Amino acid sequence: MTSLWTRIEPLLARVRKPARYIGCEDGAIIPQHDAAKVSWLLAYPDVYEVGLPNQGLQILYEILNERADAVAERTYAPWVDLEALMRAEGIPLFSLETHRPGSFFDVVAFNLSAELVYTNVLNMLDLAGVPVRAEHRGPTDAVVVVGGHAAFNPEPLADFIDAAVLGEGEEVVGEITEVIAEWKAAGRASRRELHRALASIPGVYVPSMYDVEYDGDRIVSVRPVADGVPESVSKRTVSDLGQWTYPKRPLAPLTEVVHDRLSVEVFRGCTRGCRFCQAGMITRPVRERPAEQVRTMIVEGLRRTGYNEVSLTSLSTADFSGIESVVTGIVPDPTACGAPTVSLPSLRVDAFTVGLANKVSGGRRSGLTFAPEAGTWRLRTVINKLITEEDLYGAVESAYANGWSRMKLYFLTGLPTETDVDTRGIAELAAGCAAIGRRHTNRASVTVSVGGFVPKAHTPFQWFGQNGVDELRRKIGVLRDDVGRAKGVHMKWHDPAASLAEGIASRGDRRVGRVIERVWRSGGTFQEWSEFFVLDRWLDAMRAEQLDPDWFTTRHRTEDETLPWDHLSAGLHRDFLWQDWRAALDEHGLPDCRWTPCYDCGVCTGDGLEHIVASPVPPAGGSQGTGQDLSRGGIAPVRVTIGARS
Amino acid sequence: MKWRLAYSKIGKIRFLGHLDMARVWERALRRTDVPVSMSSGFTPRPKVSFGLALPTGAESLVELLDVVVDDSFSFGDDVLSALTNALPEGVTVNEARPSVNGVSLQEDVVATTWVIALDDSDIVSSVERLARSTECFVERERKGERRRDDIRPGILHLAECRDDEARRLSSLGWQAEGVLVTAMLTTSGRGIRPTELVEALVPGAEPWVTMTRVIRTHQWINDAGRHVDVLTGEPGIESLATVIA
Repeated sequence: MTSLWTRIEPLLARVRKPARYIGCEDGAIIPQHDAAKVSWLLAYPDVYEVGLPNQGLQILYEILNERADAVAERTYAPWVDLEALMRAEGIPLFSLETHRPGSFFDVVAFNLSAELVYTNVLNMLDLAGVPVRAEHRGPTDAVVVVGGHAAFNPEPLADFIDAAVLGEGEEVVGEITEVIAEWKAAGRASRRELHRALASIPGVYVPSMYDVEYDGDRIVSVRPVADGVPESVSKRTVSDLGQWTYPKRPLAPLTEVVHDRLSVEVFRGCTRGCRFCQAGMITRPVRERPAEQVRTMIVEGLRRTGYNEVSLTSLSTADFSGIESVVTGIVPDPTACGAPTVSLPSLRVDAFTVGLANKVSGGRRSGLTFAPEAGTWRLRTVINKLITEEDLYGAVESAYANGWSRMKLYFLTGLPTETDVDTRGIAELAAGCAAIGRRHTNRASVTVSVGGFVPKAHTPFQWFGQNGVDELRRKIGVLRDDVGRAKGVHMKWHDPAASLAEGIASRGDRRVGRVIERVWRSGGTFQEWSEFFVLDRWLDAMRAEQLDPDWFTTRHRTEDETLPWDHLSAGLHRDFLWQDWRAALDEHGLPDCRWTPCYDCGVCTGDGLEHIVASPVPPAGGSQGTGQDLSRGGIAPVRVTIGARS
Repeated sequence: MKWRLAYSKIGKIRFLGHLDMARVWERALRRTDVPVSMSSGFTPRPKVSFGLALPTGAESLVELLDVVVDDSFSFGDDVLSALTNALPEGVTVNEARPSVNGVSLQEDVVATTWVIALDDSDIVSSVERLARSTECFVERERKGERRRDDIRPGILHLAECRDDEARRLSSLGWQAEGVLVTAMLTTSGRGIRPTELVEALVPGAEPWVTMTRVIRTHQWINDAGRHVDVLTGEPGIESLATVIA
């Protein structure tokens, strides 16, 4: 199959940001295709600017292209202007490296970092000429695989995918390649045989190999339909991040993207135990990269890409054992010309962290972002985000004293047990921060960013009935009134309507697939983009499928209910999650197990893994349950529960 | 010391816009260890300035940038090829010379020459008609205001492209189909863009459909009333005086 480039080319001068479609980036690999190799099209179901920085996709891209039996190219969702031209001209979805049609590839693999992109997955398959429903695919059609955080509940996509990968892909992509290579060599006989073989790979879930039995809306059972198919599928985890120094050739895009800098992953996993956080729950245990390796990857990555900024990524970078020495190693002299700047995403809320931010910022003091997530200590013990008011005010004081003038505070609303006292506590905290700021500068500003909480699978809050649209709107209204009265505080919020659709897709079962298909067919692509999101598309589709949105979103689940993803495991014991949910309702905090005894969440023991953490003691000045006295937090005394609970 | 670098941009890379290209250059200069001088102040910036923006989608044989480097450094051929390697495919660094005058590229260049491939059967007569005319009004919207102005004075030269020039472009890897037209367009005052010329030639056409390919072949500065090449100082085929008369 030849390149589509000559047909794409005349369209590009007529669309916005055409550089998104040409490839040619530093680090791009032009593969040598060969019928004997398994060809992967790694797809990101959002625009190039959002998808290109995705590290998971970049890592698998390299690992696959290093293999003798595989090649990999990339594709991203074309923006609506190009899509319209492509459909008018009959041009299919294409790869970036060689501009081959999507249908040329043996595997189309999507990275799912969120749920609202699901309609884009369908759209891209359709644009690629791959039958959207898995049951309609024949022997020559691509094998459709999904992975990434949202794939931990792949049931809403069950009708459309051949397989979902749970957990980290470094090792399993090779195993999938081998199975598909064998299937190809044997003449692509039966797709069902392929499915059976894929289902035997640990971490690979093949929905068509399972039968879901319902009683009304309730799931009675999910059972394998063939021999050799496991009753449940557990996630894959690489035991030692230090053995995976990827990406070795980071992609440096030609056109501006959302994270336009080098990224070096310093550790994977997080055991802070924030109960709303799916990423923290499903990526355990903590595996740090050796500090020396971090330094090498930074130096080589900067040299290779020409970037002068590096982001040290993880779920909570200030927790990395070697953070201070790594940071001071990269920033030898902040006044030196051309010294790289360091950005630290996902910072903890404490003064130690602000000290780090001071070190890395050079002369620049633009803005700092903290995520207290909830407005009162009581609610923060519920969600296990154990930040005291003193932590926050201390961090903010230190930031303003060091010349920062703009603070951004992230909060969730619609959390379990939340009352208006908690909601209004957000405005009080923000006003408190602004008052501290005014003592230091008259330019002090505090921006509060509020998102509606959507419970996710494999978290202690998976049983929680999320707030409805009206309730979220009411809370945002209450908060807006309070914020309006607070001096120097501004507020931004996410559309509560989108939280409802996200809720349907996040905890949906297989029946939600038909809803997603209807939303897509009615033109609902790019649902993460507010200009394209229309809640009525979702509600109309639910009605047409005779499904009740409240059943999937606002309803509390009971312990005995079979959840749609119960046959899939992130390694966490269901008992642990349930106990943690009860502890949340009792306002009991749970400390970080990196530096305290194991409370047996199930991940390490179940998978024969261990934390890999260089420092035996919690970071100095660390907040959030690392060695601090939790009883000092607020009005409600907190009992710390360790080990088994009754 | 300030140096003026010239590069060509041909092929897929033409879809990379001017600002993105500037960022790609900054990374390439860092990757090749060119000791670019930094501005002073709180946020030091490399002292690099780019010439006239090339429209996204257009190609060029002569794109220019001025860069200030340590006095001890010089852009030898090895540096130019290292830069070409560090830049995306389709970008070739052809020349570097110490910059003599202190005027910025934006002010220096008064006109540029383009070769435009047009997919239109009547284009030859349209070119002749426009070349003979004394005025040509086009409408454009700027800052929310519709304005109608005469672009004819800004079209300094307009003719079918000569065969030898077409062969030269083709030998440099430029591939185009359709009728090739050469146009010298002013960049000072009311600058004229190739798309505006196409609108004038083929009224009602979508410029980026009719114009299948467009490449900038020369950039000119004004030397005592004559157009001379910005890099070589050689006079152009048309002098300022004869064209305007």
